[in-house]
Amino acid sequence: MPHPFKLSRIARRKGLSGLGWVLAAVSFVLVAAPLLDILYTVIRKGLSALSFTLFTHVTNGISGGLLNAITGTLALVFGALVFAAPVGILAGIYLSEFGRGRFGRSVRFLDDVLAGVPSIVLGYFSYVTLVIGMGWQFSVLAGSLTLAIMVVPYIARFTEISFLQVPNSLREAGYALGFRELTVITRIALPLALPGIMTGVLFAIAIALGETAPLIYTAGWSNFLWNGKLIHEPIGYLTYVIWSFINQPYRSAHALAFAAAFLVIVMVLLVNIGLSIILRRTRPMGPGQQR
Amino acid sequence: MTLRPFRIILVLVTSLIPLALIAVLVFLARYSWPALTFNGWHFLVGHTWSLGNLYANPVKQRGVLVPIGANYGILVFIVGTLLTSAIALVIAIPVSLGVAIFLAEGLRSRLRIPLSFVVEMLAAVPSVVYGLWGYAVLTPLVAHTLGPGLRAVLGFVPFFAGPIGSGYGLLAASIVLALMVVPIIAATVRDALARVPAETKEAAYALGATHFEVVRRAMLPAVRTNIIGACILGLGRALGETMAVLMVSGGALNYFPGNIYSPITTMASFIVSQLDSAMQDPTGMAVRSLAEIALILFIISVITNIIARLLTGTSRNASPV
Repeated sequence: MPHPFKLSRIARRKGLSGLGWVLAAVSFVLVAAPLLDILYTVIRKGLSALSFTLFTHVTNGISGGLLNAITGTLALVFGALVFAAPVGILAGIYLSEFGRGRFGRSVRFLDDVLAGVPSIVLGYFSYVTLVIGMGWQFSVLAGSLTLAIMVVPYIARFTEISFLQVPNSLREAGYALGFRELTVITRIALPLALPGIMTGVLFAIAIALGETAPLIYTAGWSNFLWNGKLIHEPIGYLTYVIWSFINQPYRSAHALAFAAAFLVIVMVLLVNIGLSIILRRTRPMGPGQQR
Repeated sequence: MTLRPFRIILVLVTSLIPLALIAVLVFLARYSWPALTFNGWHFLVGHTWSLGNLYANPVKQRGVLVPIGANYGILVFIVGTLLTSAIALVIAIPVSLGVAIFLAEGLRSRLRIPLSFVVEMLAAVPSVVYGLWGYAVLTPLVAHTLGPGLRAVLGFVPFFAGPIGSGYGLLAASIVLALMVVPIIAATVRDALARVPAETKEAAYALGATHFEVVRRAMLPAVRTNIIGACILGLGRALGETMAVLMVSGGALNYFPGNIYSPITTMASFIVSQLDSAMQDPTGMAVRSLAEIALILFIISVITNIIARLLTGTSRNASPV
């Protein structure tokens, strides 16, 4: 009687396959649920802590506003971009246009390795070299440089990929017209690669906005508005408020921590939405070519 | 040969990236050198971290000035780091594979993009926000629901039995780490699955396989090295994660975890939590010993990343993130 046996074997395989899909869907729910809960918790508690004074007053002990932290975060992220964007973009251009040799290959590899170095290690490196070694103390410059080292690999990588997506025929057309290398790269390839470079920069902003550990070692913390000095002057930032104030046993401190988390999450979300808009718009040009 | 100033500038700027890596290694090693000579191998196998008597005159030991009774051993933190990362991977790997399969094959394309955004957001949430959530939501959950539940089911294993405590500890830290590792593994595996040639799938279908059997028997084996590489990449992330672990781990000092609910400390989070007290040490040996921890973390992360990149190929093949 082979028949029922055969049928049940097929039924079993179908059943197992169904089970497999269910498990896959369940694991998606297992990660989606915490994410939604994180967003829900931060938004609910953050919104209830939100007030006008947050944006007009500086932190006063464990209460007050977040003006110093908001401006500090913006200053640190901007500072990081000032260093990281030129280096990352130029490195990305080099890797895509000239990086086929041994040097290019090893830089590409080390770029990936640098991206994987824990942020606290980079923070401690800056603490040892800049904060202590150079005597800068906790400062904007030390914090920005540390963030810059962290995000440079991403900007380089995004830039390289977006330059690689520019069709070679366009470059050849430029050379055929007698353009020089510099002209071909800046006038022909760069405009086409710009959206990709932008995504890299946005990605870097998102990372820098949320970073904490290396800043504790390099930027310190300050209750006051930044006075514009690049060194010898610590600066406040939002992620410090989250980490430090949640450990205080006061309601006002917790409210500030959640408000800071809310602001960070909103900024990161906005950057990510911007990212996906750019990515989606440039997709039609992308995936087929040299990815 | 013509001189090309543009290329020279590009090469000079580009070499800043490898230079940064070398500088991290050199300066951390140089700064922690006195600590390396003072601590020796004891650093890795000792399990007491004590700054010594900071108020007495420091004494000269093994050629360097240290506070009396100073002892730097980080075995407890090494164990904490390895245990949290290992448990996080045990949770994250099956879940990530499920997520990757679900996103790559289980959805029609209209749903794929919005649901993929969940994984991207998971990667975008800053680590300190994970820590905040862990503090506010996860640790009470571990103390009152997850912990007792786990003990009721697996309590016959000593590691899962015993006091649950406040919720801060190994289990909470591992869950948070797992959440942070999942997007790395899931995104890498999803992209790899999407690149499996149609011929491979069609061949499996032609043999009569169901859709899931195609995924399980034909596609997953085809991306095996990518999966291993992605897991090592995730491991690298978990080993070096700082803030989230710091906020939910309970900060154990000088004792080993008794069970999965015990407070622990990892190497990375220890560096942050100890800065203030280390700076009190007039000889600077505590700060140098922290630098030694950073150096070890650096070397570990470089090794794991090299292995991961060799297995997955360079990231240029996949999506940039």
